[in-house]
Amino acid sequence: MNCITRLLAIVHKEVRQLRRDRLTFGMIIGIPIMQIILFGYAINTDVRHLRAGVADQAQTQLSRILVQDAQASQVIDIVVTVPTAAALEEHLRRGDIAVGLYIPPDFGSHLQHGTRAAAQLLVDGSDPVVLGAARRLAELPVQYHSLATQDTRTPLFEIRNYYNPERRSAVYIVPALIGVILTMTMVLFTSVAIVRERERGNLEMLITTPVTSAELMIGKILPYILIGLIQVSIILALGVGLFKVPIAGDLPDIYLAALAFIAANLSMGLLISTQAKSQFQAMQMTFFFFLPSILLSGFMFPFDGMPLPAQKIAEVLPLTHFVRLIRGIVLRGAEIGELFGELRALAIFTGITLTLAVLRFRKRLD
Amino acid sequence: MNPSDTAIRTQGLTRRFGTTLAVDAIDLNIPRASIYGFLGPNGSGKSTTIRMLCGLLTPSAGNADVLGLSVPGQAEALKHKIGYMTQRFSLYEDLSVRENLQFIAEIYCLPRSRRIQRIAELLKIYRLEDLTQQRASSLSGGEKQRLALAAATLHEPELLFLDEPTSAVDPQSRREFWETLFELCAAGTTILVSTHYMDEAERCHALAILDRGRIMADGTPKQLEDALDAIVIEVETADPARARPLIAAMNGVLSVTQLGIRLRVLLDPHLAEPAQRLRETLQQHDQASTTLLTRPSLEDVFVAATQGRYRRGET
Repeated sequence: MNCITRLLAIVHKEVRQLRRDRLTFGMIIGIPIMQIILFGYAINTDVRHLRAGVADQAQTQLSRILVQDAQASQVIDIVVTVPTAAALEEHLRRGDIAVGLYIPPDFGSHLQHGTRAAAQLLVDGSDPVVLGAARRLAELPVQYHSLATQDTRTPLFEIRNYYNPERRSAVYIVPALIGVILTMTMVLFTSVAIVRERERGNLEMLITTPVTSAELMIGKILPYILIGLIQVSIILALGVGLFKVPIAGDLPDIYLAALAFIAANLSMGLLISTQAKSQFQAMQMTFFFFLPSILLSGFMFPFDGMPLPAQKIAEVLPLTHFVRLIRGIVLRGAEIGELFGELRALAIFTGITLTLAVLRFRKRLD
Repeated sequence: MNPSDTAIRTQGLTRRFGTTLAVDAIDLNIPRASIYGFLGPNGSGKSTTIRMLCGLLTPSAGNADVLGLSVPGQAEALKHKIGYMTQRFSLYEDLSVRENLQFIAEIYCLPRSRRIQRIAELLKIYRLEDLTQQRASSLSGGEKQRLALAAATLHEPELLFLDEPTSAVDPQSRREFWETLFELCAAGTTILVSTHYMDEAERCHALAILDRGRIMADGTPKQLEDALDAIVIEVETADPARARPLIAAMNGVLSVTQLGIRLRVLLDPHLAEPAQRLRETLQQHDQASTTLLTRPSLEDVFVAATQGRYRRGET
């Protein structure tokens, strides 16, 4: 027999419980707000303000007009001016700039004769959106077209795509995917770690022993570091084996970067663990951390395309720094020393979250 | 009492959860090398008191001195000296018997040789030798309880807290369990055990009856029975179910408990001719009965105490 009262009783009970479960209620409201803001506002594939460097070896009036026009397009922001193309490449590898504008000494004569492109755009092709933006820049209508006797069919710029000349998506997706997968698994594993002991009643026994908070926290983290490194190896092996991702940098550098990143995520998980009341809550909180990591870190959308507030948030997230590290090492062949800032950011994140976790964890039940 | 002979001393120990008063100004004075019981219904504050004494909960008011250490201030130092067997099985279900004991031994930083020796001893004492490879989850209630006690006593604590240790255990295992407790006590361990079984309470050297966070009575079982401010009469009648409400409605009756075909009646001691009045009352309703004046039991004390009709004895 169907009974509408019974059905409504269940609905009513469900709504009541939902209202009392503040975290779930917060997710109901919070996730759409977060998603819409992140997708609609922060994520902008129409990239502007790419960090750029200029090497102007022509130093003529025309070359200066070209630089000004490129700047005026707002696609690039010129952050460094260097003397040589080699210096541009150096900045590109470090990840300081995404685009390099190289104007050779014979810029004027190339422009006159129109035999070949007069200038070069050096592009970090490890991000496809950046590459797309550079293409738009190359098609820029520049004032001196009328001044010069250039054949309009010869492009002004020659685009030199660094690090991913074949423009295969696997090449830029796979290295950053290491970070995404580690964020997901590492935070989740540790976020339930303390909560599980609490739920199963083990914690009451454990806190009656002389074990210290720091011993408990660090002891919980250590095994997962090994698990994280195994995951890194699996993804790398598959990336190289199946998707032919070239590894330009050194393996020890990759593992060092991964180690710093794993530690950051595990500490974050522990912090969640000291806060959450149930394993389910821990998973919800993990999701809250995971979502902005995915969207803002530069894994999906280029960092340079995001407005400043989103960039500020992204700077706090470990995945942002790891995506820079891993793309730098794997794709651009950067040495870890050149990316020291990112490593330091991860270390600071780990230090703060681990300290908070140890401080938050009380050997008390109240 | 000499302070060094005292294991636990509290004054006005109180704990609130929000507006609820879970433990209300408890004074305790528990001598060393004795078994002290907390007898009380669920929610009477037994577990909360034990947790405060272990340093797991911060008292809202009052102070506690456990093994000469002030709690919760010196709780970390205390944790080396106490063992705590939680109400719910709190070892790892997914570890084997041996792995659980090894874990606890390592947590207490026992030297390696001592660990091996101690675990072998405990496996023997608690008859777990045949179960060493079994996961804790597959153990019976009694086996789990033995494992938990083994773990709680592994580092040879001076003081053992047992929170309703026998709630999931059959009577035979309970008997054996208590024999083990007396052996531990004889070796000098102080034991604080909470229970809601009368027979267990009777085995304690001394006990406190708790109700709604307060100590309603305390002393040795004998003292409590002697000090009971009530008389006990057993009534035998053909239809106890009918007789029961009639007796309960009488003036001066504190409680009526049915035991098979008999009714056990607690009465005000100032009542004149209580047995005769009981028989008369039933006679008025055509019920023949016989009465027998009996000695109060601990259960009578408990019933009287939890109904607030007990005067604290001069103990």
